[in-house]
Amino acid sequence: MKKLSCVLATTLFASLPTLALAAGAIDGGAKQTVNWVAIGMFVAFVAFTLGITYWAAKQTASAADFYSAGGGITGFQNGLAIAGDYMSAASFLGISGLVYTSGYDGLIYSVGWLVGWPIVTFLIAEQLRNLGKFTFADVTSFRLGQTEIRILAACGSLVTVAFYLIAQMVGAGKLIELLFGLDYWMAVVLVGGLMMIYVTFGGMKATTWVQIIKAVLLLMGATFMAGAVLYKFGFSPEALFAKATQVHPKKLAIMEPGSLISNPLSAISLGLALMFGTAGLPHILMRFFTVKDAQAARKSVFYATGFIGYFYILTFIIGFGAIVLVSTDAAFLDASILEKTKSGIAAIKGGSNMAAIHLANAVGGNMFLGFISAVAFATILAVVSGLALAGASSISHDLYAMVIKEGKANEQDEIRVSKIATLFLGVLAIILGIIFENQNVAFMVGLAFAIAASCNFPVLVMSIFWKGLTTRGAMIGGFLGLISAVVGVILSPAVWEATLGNPKGSAPIPLDNPALFSITLAFAGIWLFSVLDRSARARADRSGFDAQYVRCQTGIGAAGATTH
Amino acid sequence: MDPRSHEAIQQDPDYQELVRRRSSFGWTLSLIMLVIYFGFILLVAYAPKFLGTPLGTGVTTIGIPIGLFVIVSAFVLTGIYVSKANSKYDALIRRIVER
Repeated sequence: MKKLSCVLATTLFASLPTLALAAGAIDGGAKQTVNWVAIGMFVAFVAFTLGITYWAAKQTASAADFYSAGGGITGFQNGLAIAGDYMSAASFLGISGLVYTSGYDGLIYSVGWLVGWPIVTFLIAEQLRNLGKFTFADVTSFRLGQTEIRILAACGSLVTVAFYLIAQMVGAGKLIELLFGLDYWMAVVLVGGLMMIYVTFGGMKATTWVQIIKAVLLLMGATFMAGAVLYKFGFSPEALFAKATQVHPKKLAIMEPGSLISNPLSAISLGLALMFGTAGLPHILMRFFTVKDAQAARKSVFYATGFIGYFYILTFIIGFGAIVLVSTDAAFLDASILEKTKSGIAAIKGGSNMAAIHLANAVGGNMFLGFISAVAFATILAVVSGLALAGASSISHDLYAMVIKEGKANEQDEIRVSKIATLFLGVLAIILGIIFENQNVAFMVGLAFAIAASCNFPVLVMSIFWKGLTTRGAMIGGFLGLISAVVGVILSPAVWEATLGNPKGSAPIPLDNPALFSITLAFAGIWLFSVLDRSARARADRSGFDAQYVRCQTGIGAAGATTH
Repeated sequence: MDPRSHEAIQQDPDYQELVRRRSSFGWTLSLIMLVIYFGFILLVAYAPKFLGTPLGTGVTTIGIPIGLFVIVSAFVLTGIYVSKANSKYDALIRRIVER
């Protein structure tokens, strides 16, 4: 393994200059000029993280090492890693871009993405740690029929991971195309390739440490940016807002909720998806198995909530800073669009997602631009690695070890299957990333959250807290949630009209996010079919609850931290 | 491994106290978070103009501190739960496990 990772690392470095040169030759158009500072910093990051992967690979021998870093991550470290999973490039660049174009509306998303965390702390984090081992399906199948529930959980996980992964890959390709001047397909292959190296060799330990390092870098960078913006206004937010309302074409309207949320039911539905989706994302849930015990699990969400909340406040300041410093500076604007629209906001080079990147240049010059670009790339790498590991665990642990081998899989075989699954997911992500290049991917993240909130979350919460839950109820309710979420997204205005090109107003379901009815349907289905279930299996399911509940509350018998 | 069966633990007064206190506290805090958050969402949906009311003579609107309050409340509620769990629940759990 040592030899192989060395070979891979050398090949990668050998090919980097060629990639950069190739990009230089076809430079121009929408792409930026090749940014050598950014590439230098990014290469340093990759070299450092590959070093960590090499270190982690030497220590990763057992399935527990591979899936859950041997349970050796502390609460604080895990808090940073969870925050890192959440502070994706989409939320950093996307939310600051949203604030840049619409002001206050950006805050609505930040708030929605944060408030799921307390619920996770109160109802899920410790229970997960006490009941589970490697995947959240360990919890849902604790007393229910292994085969059925594992298949349901794997479907929920894999569909969520797939949509999230596609969105991240497409975002990555576009971003790197702009930041580094690399071709889109090269960027996607580079991200997919590095992701496969981190996960297959370093497992959870490398994935977690890459995430922690990136979270620290991103928090530092964002703090510096927001600080620099506030410094220019004598640390008075009022002065910043006053200037922003003067230069923004929407004027005072950026200080209140705007057109982003058109009807009240859509707002509530989106709120539900954001809040409960968090508690059903497999790559987040798996992080609770990397800590020693329930106490560390609960502390890690506390730290994560703090970091994420702080980060979202920073992105809000960064977005307003960009309104003032980027939209008024011709260097960051596209002259031809500016001519047509007369709006600095619309004319930003590379689209609104680049607001934070241009702001980095405006407040910190080329060096800092390079740093933030490299951090944005690192962010994508770290998040896709976590996603790939969650997907691979679901295939190898839930489907291969528990369903196909009925729990009697050899540990080394299981690890081998998960590595093969990672490679498969990596190649799939690259192919899908290239296929979906020109699609609108914003709805995919919404879809991932809706499915997580409508399939994974209801089954998880009911299995932990409701004695009456039966295998049949969980199966029918879970699949009802999954299918209604997918169908609801396809029939929503965002996809039916914007992506499929049907006329405006023709969408069969007027909600942009299906969570309102898909979550309701899932819970109702779970309840009804559990209550009606009179089978022998149902009796066994219900009688297993007490033992499960005692363990869930006290942690007696929970999978301990493995030490070597 | 603990020799006690789950039936025995269920009879343990410490266990009963733990379950009663932790679940009522957890669900109460969840409910508070839901009320705060959906209160905010309902304001966004039905009263966007209220959130756009300026504070004093400046341009900062009342929506800004309200949004910040929701973010900070999420952190504070989590903190309250964690500190109570660290001091009270962990002590109860230790007693149950060591019995």
